[in-house]
Amino acid sequence: MRIFHNANYDFIKWRWHALIVSLVIIWAGVATVFMRGGLPLGIDFTGGTVVVVEFENPAVSEDSVRQALGPLGADAVVQRYQDPVKNDIMVRLPQTGTDANLDEGANRIVSAIEAANLGAFKPISRDIVGPTVGADLQRKGIWATLTALGGILVYVGFRFRFTFAIGAIVATFHDILITLVMLTWFHYDLSLNVIAAILTIAGYSVNDTIVVFDRVRENQRTSRREPLDQIVNRAVNQTLGRTIITSGTTFLAVISLFVFGGEVLRGFAFTMIVGIVTGTYSTVFIAAAIAIILSRRAPSPAAAAAQARAKRRA
Amino acid sequence: MYKNLRWKLIITLAVTALAIWSFAPPQQKIKLGLDLKGGAHFVLAVQTDDALRLETATSSEQLRVALNDAKITTATTKVNSLTEFQVDGVPASSMAQFQTIAEQQVGAHFDQDQTGGTVVFRMKPNAQVQTREEAVRQAIDTVERRVNELGVSEPTVAPYGAAQNQILVQLPGVTDIARAKNIIGQTAILELKLVEAGPSSDQASLLQPYGGQLPADMQVVTGTAEVPGAPLSYYLVRKVPVITGRDLRNAKPSLDEYNKPAVGFSLNGDGQKKFGAATSANIGRSLAIVLDNRVMSAPRIDSAIYGDGRIYGSFTQQEASDLALVLRSGALPASLTYLEQREVGPTLGLDSIRAGVMASLIGLALVTLFMLFYYRLAGVNAFVSIVLNLAILLGFMAYLGAVMTLPGIAGFILTIGMGVDSNVLIFERIREELSTGKGARQAVSAGFDRVFLTIVDTHVSSLIAAAFLFQFGTGPIRGFATTLFFGLIANVFTSVFVSRTMFEFVLSKRPAGSTQLSI
Repeated sequence: MRIFHNANYDFIKWRWHALIVSLVIIWAGVATVFMRGGLPLGIDFTGGTVVVVEFENPAVSEDSVRQALGPLGADAVVQRYQDPVKNDIMVRLPQTGTDANLDEGANRIVSAIEAANLGAFKPISRDIVGPTVGADLQRKGIWATLTALGGILVYVGFRFRFTFAIGAIVATFHDILITLVMLTWFHYDLSLNVIAAILTIAGYSVNDTIVVFDRVRENQRTSRREPLDQIVNRAVNQTLGRTIITSGTTFLAVISLFVFGGEVLRGFAFTMIVGIVTGTYSTVFIAAAIAIILSRRAPSPAAAAAQARAKRRA
Repeated sequence: MYKNLRWKLIITLAVTALAIWSFAPPQQKIKLGLDLKGGAHFVLAVQTDDALRLETATSSEQLRVALNDAKITTATTKVNSLTEFQVDGVPASSMAQFQTIAEQQVGAHFDQDQTGGTVVFRMKPNAQVQTREEAVRQAIDTVERRVNELGVSEPTVAPYGAAQNQILVQLPGVTDIARAKNIIGQTAILELKLVEAGPSSDQASLLQPYGGQLPADMQVVTGTAEVPGAPLSYYLVRKVPVITGRDLRNAKPSLDEYNKPAVGFSLNGDGQKKFGAATSANIGRSLAIVLDNRVMSAPRIDSAIYGDGRIYGSFTQQEASDLALVLRSGALPASLTYLEQREVGPTLGLDSIRAGVMASLIGLALVTLFMLFYYRLAGVNAFVSIVLNLAILLGFMAYLGAVMTLPGIAGFILTIGMGVDSNVLIFERIREELSTGKGARQAVSAGFDRVFLTIVDTHVSSLIAAAFLFQFGTGPIRGFATTLFFGLIANVFTSVFVSRTMFEFVLSKRPAGSTQLSI
């Protein structure tokens, strides 16, 4: 069986449409982020308290926990985990106070639930991040993302011509932005795990793009006369089967993680799912398009020399 | 053709055996992170200002005593800030003598600045840095001793982060978090000081005999309330302790004469001498046992004591043994504050492992089914490569003692997904070569050769991302970066070398011109 055998779609023709669609999504996302006053940062970066409590009584609901918290619940997020067997409820408090009384919030949550007589329960996990560590992790997260992207850019720039490196990086940025937008729209918080997933997407997205660019380079060797956009289009078509199949298999693996991997990894898995979809899309539509657009603006040295000769003659 | 095939097969089998030998049995050889094993993770800050404050206070006190001994009695000392104290009222006639004494006593760490009869002492900048670093080092040692005494298996106590004063403490399997926190964080400065007056319920009456002025060599210390809720009591004690926690040789929980929990201690040689001299000279007076600036009890000295003593207080059994523990492990040079605290219950860890393994197996099954369906027999190649890839990855982790975390399991699943990538790339290329009319052998070798550079490029770019992640990482993320990193490396080997060997093995049984290949 084969899919996309001898595919011959004119992707390059659609490049402007694709760019506009992407820009619209990104702008809408930026507007959402702007309106809600920033990215949905988790407690890893803002500081705060998360307590997950397991109740023996399956009837205990988010509402009863919210009621039990009383005034404490005003700023709290209460959420039931999607575990079919266990009744796990997460309570998140924003950062209050200082490093000095770090676990006060967590203790107050537990004693408030205790006081409300909701039956037997036990806190199964507690994460408390003070303001100092939160600020630290935020700085580190931004730094890691930027340096990783920088490293990839340098490598791609070293292996391919510069406009291609730019194309790969624009595509990667595109994927990261779209992922952030989706995280915001689907109410997933940015946590350490999600940052890890985003960096993986960066690597993955560049992967995909490199496969196409490698093919472009190979095609350039065999058919020198062909214009660049046709060469690129052919490369995209030749690798289309591979692009779709690998994305598909990785997608299968990550879907399995999303469904069966448990609550803690759900944000991670969601990020990967979005990243794989947008990564595939950007490989086919964005990376090559950017490379072509940039190559036209800045003709290759040989072409520039030829132009200069033509001018002199004229 | 394929003259090296035998060697390739041997290498493949050897690597497989080595990997399995390295990680089997996984329950023992693969280290689990806190998020899978359950336990507590803390980041603490050492308040190194405390160490500076102590150094300044001790130096000023030391100088005061030395001046007293030298009969320069008009001089008074005053601590100005963390790193600065001053001496007032040095008579001009004894200034030369004063400066010699000061240089001897505190000259190593402080610069002098004289105006008239006042000399200001400022801690030297390098002494400040040294004191702070020393405090962090000592704090790590002390916390390590305490954690070991707690009986935690495989704890981590290490410097942490870019800030110079943070400590990472990880306690796998610990369930009583509050107790662990208390034991780690207690400063545990023990001082035995002679009582001049008290206990009294108000400070003013203690100072009445001295005209309401606190004498320079004394201080007021709060006592613990006998019963909870009772008013606090105050003691007027000598500033210079008879002995401190440093003079202890050992401390262990014991019982007092009413069979209530207490902490017994024994002294080292130096401590015995000091304690013996002080107790024999002060029979009939009280001795305050001060722990972290609180009087625990103030028993009367009935006779000279040389070897052992006991600390009374209203302890529970647990409190007494915890106090003995922290006294044994020594005082912290500065107080600690908790910056981050994460706890994972043991059941959650088990659930996470179960979910992770489940997701891995289902992911692997889905991917394999697809590959068999789409590439037929070549799908078996892909399956073998992926399984071997995971085995090598586990082998690496066991060999390096790398920690498996929940995000690490995610890295595993991702390795399955990405492992297929190289196989697909190769298979697609072989199909293309076959469709140009090449024989099976030529198509296979052309397919592998042409794709090799692409595979290197894609893997290097992902390795760069993984390496930066590792740099960034705290525990769980590091686990992810580690599995991703070694998964990528193992993948180059399995998809390029092992998969090719399998193709060649199958083709070697066929006539050379065969064009049949199940792909």
